[in-house]
Amino acid sequence: MYPSRFRYEAPSTVAEAIGLLAAADGEAKILAGGQSLIPMMKLRFAAPAMIVDINGIGGLNYHRADGDGTYRIGALCRHADLEKSASLGDHQPTIAAAAPVVADPLVRTRGTLVGSVCHADPQGDWASVMVSLEGAIVAQGPNGQRSIPVDDLIDGPFQTVLAADEIAVEAVVPAARGTRAGGYLKLERRVGDFATVGVAVSVEMSGDSVAKAGIGLTGVGPATINASGAAAALVGTSLEADAVDAAAQLAAEAAQPRSDHRGSADYKRHVVATFVRRIGAQIQRSEQKAA
Amino acid sequence: MSTLFEEVPPSFGDDVPVRRLELTVNGERRAADVEPRLLLAHLLRNGFRLTGTHTGCDTTNCGACTVLYDGVPVKSCTMFAVQADGHEILTVEGLATASELHPIQEGFKDEHGLQCGFCTPGMMLSAKALLEENPNPTEDEIRWALSGNLCRCTGYQNIVKAVMWAAEKLGGGTAGSDEAGEEG
Repeated sequence: MYPSRFRYEAPSTVAEAIGLLAAADGEAKILAGGQSLIPMMKLRFAAPAMIVDINGIGGLNYHRADGDGTYRIGALCRHADLEKSASLGDHQPTIAAAAPVVADPLVRTRGTLVGSVCHADPQGDWASVMVSLEGAIVAQGPNGQRSIPVDDLIDGPFQTVLAADEIAVEAVVPAARGTRAGGYLKLERRVGDFATVGVAVSVEMSGDSVAKAGIGLTGVGPATINASGAAAALVGTSLEADAVDAAAQLAAEAAQPRSDHRGSADYKRHVVATFVRRIGAQIQRSEQKAA
Repeated sequence: MSTLFEEVPPSFGDDVPVRRLELTVNGERRAADVEPRLLLAHLLRNGFRLTGTHTGCDTTNCGACTVLYDGVPVKSCTMFAVQADGHEILTVEGLATASELHPIQEGFKDEHGLQCGFCTPGMMLSAKALLEENPNPTEDEIRWALSGNLCRCTGYQNIVKAVMWAAEKLGGGTAGSDEAGEEG
């Protein structure tokens, strides 16, 4: 399978890339990992007139914590970089839990977190993780940078509010007020398949009670779902079974799954609730161990 | 014409972008003029006639087209050839020397790690990347590292054994083997 013809540009700076995007007037696509874009081009679901390959731009392959705890992931940080990171788990347990279950090991060597979020596939893992963390994408355009919360970034399936001349240069997770804990669980029929259901739960613990919580759902709606009502039910609790159970029920209600070859809607709702309970129990166990 | 098919030099119209790329394939410097939409797998197979790299699903699922890109395993059907400009590619043809098989190839031979052989080149390159990073993998780590490579003969058991064999041969051994398990 071959994609349609396109013009290929490999700029060496972000500014140059933005110039190319602006000139292409909406007909260009950015190539980072390409693990979603290239398959779509081969199937001709996408036929951009220009490809702007950002892999030659230096300084975008990083993941690090700022002094104040803000966590930053650059546009060329691959899933495998996160999977193999020694320091990530201490700072960002939810991201560390998701990194090894994104796609398969070969896709993970190329694909990027920022690219996956901007691809806005309802079955993409990273958007749910970022939603649970109140994460944002930093977009750079001709007039400078702006920060867009991931919850506002995604407009629908495969749609974002990014302008045609903007590049997502990094993902940012704000500093936690307490101790971070969290997890990501995913059900897939086989390695590399899209998620039947994915659930991200992130909490900030103040002592043994939850100061802040976020829950993101993958693959159970027309876009990534922010189960904020379910997350709110966790705040102020110490993740005791009753509280987690209530949140699990609310998360299942927030899901909008469709019955398909991966399972019935009822089944998917059931898995959402089960995953919230499991992550809740995981967090509680690790908190007890730490205490 | 001696066959039903003969490749001719490409003749593009002026509107078709062509790019010159230079890369290293199995230690050898190569150059080619390509259209940007040419996939890396097709450059290797159709351009350089290195047909050891197989294209199985052509949809980023099966991993048969796996090659090492600067030492990192990638699906060559999911990269454009132009992205290899200035980079090093290792295909299955680069594993053996003129006289000797690579230990990974020996392992696949000794442990019957292949039946139809279609997935084998990809399996071997994923295994090579694993053993370079982790010379002493457990069985679970091997299974994890190969989970992006599909074998439709379902010969996974012997593929895992083949990689363990190669790890021993290369001097690492496998942490998951019985003897090591007793001590650990």
